[in-house]
Amino acid sequence: MAEYIIETTKGKWEVVVGLEIHCQIISKSKIFSSASTEFGDDPNVNVSFVDAGMPGMLPTLNKECVHQAVKTGLGLNAKINKYSEFSRKNYFYADMPTDYQITQFRYPIVGEGEIFVDLSDGSTKKIGIERMHIEQDAGKSIHDLNPTKSYIDLNRAGVGLMEIVTKPDFRSPEEAGAFLRKLRSILRYLGTCDGNMDEGSMRCDVNVSVRPVGSDELRTRCEMKNVNSVKFVMQAIESEAKRHIEVYENGGTIEQETRQFDPTTGQSKVMRKKEFAHDYRYFPEPDLPPLVLTDEYIEAVKAEMIELPDAKKQRFIETMGLTPYDAMVLCENKENAEFFEKAAAGHDAKKVANWMMSDFFAMLNKKRLDITQSPVSAENLGRLVELISTEVISGKIAKDVFEIMSETGENPEKIVEEKGLKQVTDTGAIETIIDTVIASNPDNVTAYKNGKTNLAGWFVGQVIKMSQGKANPAIVNKLVREKLDK
Amino acid sequence: MAIDNLTVKRIAFLSRLKIEDEKIEATKEEFNKILNWIEELNEIDTNSVEPLISVNDATLRMREDVVTSGNCLKDILKNAPSAEYDYFAVPKVVE
Repeated sequence: MAEYIIETTKGKWEVVVGLEIHCQIISKSKIFSSASTEFGDDPNVNVSFVDAGMPGMLPTLNKECVHQAVKTGLGLNAKINKYSEFSRKNYFYADMPTDYQITQFRYPIVGEGEIFVDLSDGSTKKIGIERMHIEQDAGKSIHDLNPTKSYIDLNRAGVGLMEIVTKPDFRSPEEAGAFLRKLRSILRYLGTCDGNMDEGSMRCDVNVSVRPVGSDELRTRCEMKNVNSVKFVMQAIESEAKRHIEVYENGGTIEQETRQFDPTTGQSKVMRKKEFAHDYRYFPEPDLPPLVLTDEYIEAVKAEMIELPDAKKQRFIETMGLTPYDAMVLCENKENAEFFEKAAAGHDAKKVANWMMSDFFAMLNKKRLDITQSPVSAENLGRLVELISTEVISGKIAKDVFEIMSETGENPEKIVEEKGLKQVTDTGAIETIIDTVIASNPDNVTAYKNGKTNLAGWFVGQVIKMSQGKANPAIVNKLVREKLDK
Repeated sequence: MAIDNLTVKRIAFLSRLKIEDEKIEATKEEFNKILNWIEELNEIDTNSVEPLISVNDATLRMREDVVTSGNCLKDILKNAPSAEYDYFAVPKVVE
């Protein structure tokens, strides 16, 4: 694995990074109330009296949120804790009406786990998961609608969150980026979080420290809150590491603090330090008894688990003959993997993969379409590959057929039939064309015979052109040489 | 365990309670009285007693994932000191 080392005139440094990721749980209703979790509705319509923190209202845990959390825990190859507890985390902020967040502190629902990330040099690295707990989200503050006031929308208040905490296992920005992409892929496969960082349904806090290469100490870390894209997380690590190194090399010390990364400047700055900000005075939530899961329950969730990206990738490599890179790209997204499997059924899987990775994805990109909206169906892509494999059409004609398919969505067999695009493999017909080409280009024939043998390619091209691309190139090649060498 | 005046001030700040300076001494005494009273429990040998999680041994009741509340904007905003454009309006808070 490529090492990430920051070298200065004074020394060599490595980064030590851990991530905390808040993932909104996909559920219809909130984690402790029966209000809707719908995103983007008018302000304060999806708010119940529980979410608004009205006196006397009691939280009731949503079964589905527990189910989603257990599924996610299993997807992280983590230990599911049969016993977990809810706690109150106390702090005052205008977007949290109860003045405490119900979360899990000492006993989280999910314990240690691990996932593997794929790095650009083809290697994989194991990243440890420290824990995952469930909690409620806060509301949203809007600061730019009024010069003297902040507006509060509580629609998000009470939406279920899974907070995933990693071990400080990252040694480069690339590893952190690869982890976030893998995590997002797993969550989307499982359907437990939609993973949209730009909509805030997945939010990342980044903990960064540095140390001299060769040392195993853990120095003071700084936390950067709510970095909202994979790219920014990678930039934040790099710029924060450089800041630490500069401070250390000038004889200074790093204070443990919370910082805000500004993607427009690429720098982080200290968030206004709130006095006593980190004294949350956790205590057990008196309104919710402990959450106890049975072995039967956990086994039942295990039985629901689907094939996740790593297992799928392995299967594509081993049983379908794909390269590790192709398999990785096709498996990152569940819809792509499903489309591929459907298209490859009964056909040359490697060729189907090549088509998807090149012309097919290029077409979707150009048309700005999602794979689920593709005009070319999986079955039709499979049929197209079959037409090439069985030499009914040439690879070159196939590109034209694909072009028509992406406009009309038609079956390639029908297109080939109607347009008369079938490859000509009849040697008699091909020979007639070759004879015509040779007869009308005596100069080039002479030049060929005098040693300019690479003109053979030119003759092949002319013949294929004259056949309107339908002559089988392998046969043309063979016959052209035979005739020229006669 | 005795607490001092500084701790009283800190707890008051964290709880957003205003305690006048002349009442701090008295509040400290009250806190200590409560703490001393609770410390009497330390005299009991609890080595063979399981930790108590909750005084009512109810098991956790869970709900089905269905939407049955919300859409009560007027009621939600009724007690807000200030509301504008269907939002709660609060003094500007910027981090």
